[in-house]
Amino acid sequence: MTVSQSEFRAALLDADRAVPEGLQNPHAGPAGARFSVYRNNVVVSLTEALATAFPLVRKLIGTQTFGQLAGHYVRENPPASPLMMYYGETFPEFLSGFAPLSHIGYLADCARLDLAFRRSYHAADAASLDPAVLQTVPETLMAIRLAPAPSTIVIRSRWPLFDLWRFNNVTDAPKPRAAAQDVLVTRPEFDPAPHLLPHGAALWFDALARGSSLGEAHAETLRKTPDFDLAATLTLSLTTEAFAAPE
Amino acid sequence: MLDNSPRFERLPDGPGVGYKPQHFNDLLNEPAPVSWIEVHAENYMGSGGRPLAQLRSLAERFPVSVHGVGLSIGGEGPLDKDHLARLRKLVDWLRPASFSEHLAWSTHGAEFLNDLLPLPYTNDTLKLVCAHIDEVQNTLGTRMLLENPSSYLAFSESTWDETDFLAEVVRRTGCGLLLDVNNVFISATNLGYSPEGYIDAYPLDAVGEIHVGGHDEDTDDNGAALLIDSHGKPVVDPVWQLLCYTLAVTGPRPVLVEWDNDVPDWPVLRAEARRAAEALQPVR
Repeated sequence: MTVSQSEFRAALLDADRAVPEGLQNPHAGPAGARFSVYRNNVVVSLTEALATAFPLVRKLIGTQTFGQLAGHYVRENPPASPLMMYYGETFPEFLSGFAPLSHIGYLADCARLDLAFRRSYHAADAASLDPAVLQTVPETLMAIRLAPAPSTIVIRSRWPLFDLWRFNNVTDAPKPRAAAQDVLVTRPEFDPAPHLLPHGAALWFDALARGSSLGEAHAETLRKTPDFDLAATLTLSLTTEAFAAPE
Repeated sequence: MLDNSPRFERLPDGPGVGYKPQHFNDLLNEPAPVSWIEVHAENYMGSGGRPLAQLRSLAERFPVSVHGVGLSIGGEGPLDKDHLARLRKLVDWLRPASFSEHLAWSTHGAEFLNDLLPLPYTNDTLKLVCAHIDEVQNTLGTRMLLENPSSYLAFSESTWDETDFLAEVVRRTGCGLLLDVNNVFISATNLGYSPEGYIDAYPLDAVGEIHVGGHDEDTDDNGAALLIDSHGKPVVDPVWQLLCYTLAVTGPRPVLVEWDNDVPDWPVLRAEARRAAEALQPVR
């Protein structure tokens, strides 16, 4: 009686399926609970990987609900690579479509923030931009092209994403306001941290990442958000080391 | 010219520990008796950041064993070329003293199942495993060590004993072996054979490294003991005894304490490393 890895795998992720007959206990009887060890290992280890990867989502819905949710996700979306540090790339989309939690509209964006932390944590190292580069006359300044560091990530949200993070991570933080908030994640050395972006700054970052000069990015951002505050955004970017030094 | 030689030629015949980031400072400040470390390859395949920076520092001080948990050497399908390339990149950068992987499968089609799944021991699986090991050794340009699994069930189709299967893999591929005596104890208990008998039949000449670790105790549907590899507690006395039984034949070998879940503070892990050092003492 041969057991193909396809049969093994099918029974592994579907507890209602019979254990393949060629799997046995030492007395040539059915494997029974012995097969459950593998079933359990897979679901528990993947659930733990998700729980580690999405701490904000877990805090918001509680460990028990998270465990049930993860049970659905891991069976439908097993990892596509052995790099468990990146497992869960599709978790935000899964949350958006998960009906039992649809009343928590901001959950998917919180998952995106969790993902951003992890991507930033493992991103390539780069020396950060020396702020002195920007101490020049306005004409020269506006022609400069700045590259976001590999560990810099911007998330746009129609929810108070930064407030949600802070309320769940900082003691005595104020309750989230009813506002759309874009978040900047940067990693000055090894630890990613979130920052609330001024209005329009996400557009500005996007333009810079596409290779626009400071002047072009500023003009483009102002067209869409006339109240964009370049000085405040530049200060935030430099103090949080959002830009890489030119190569 | 690129220097591809290992920083440390081989793992020392002393105690090592599976590296956990929370022990970084402890390892640099008070490592004794730990003389080498092992890392899971897949945890160091990011692009940068703290994991790689820590490993860079540790590799200057300690011989490092790179232990893969995701290559799926026992998989029916071809090895994942992207993953093999990532391993090659890591090995070229780190120049470890040893590379090891498991006699198991974990990838099926495009899915990675994150567990070390068992395979039957047949002429067909022997050929498959040997071809995969040849490919790994050719790609990495190094001799690898293959680890015996912890088994919870048997395959009716198996025609080889695990020890004979491993000996034949060694003969055909020239690879070495990583003997996990905790896995031996678990499999022997679960499948009803003598752990010492397994060691007696095992190709001990090929052993380049030994693992010890903790396990959990459960029972199967018939109430028979079912031990589960968990790496989440201290090593039990019978496993230490099996280590001593093995070392009495092999002589000193690199012995690794694996503790991957519910990782304890450094003094607890260090005490386990001391027990490994004590087991090595009489055979030096």
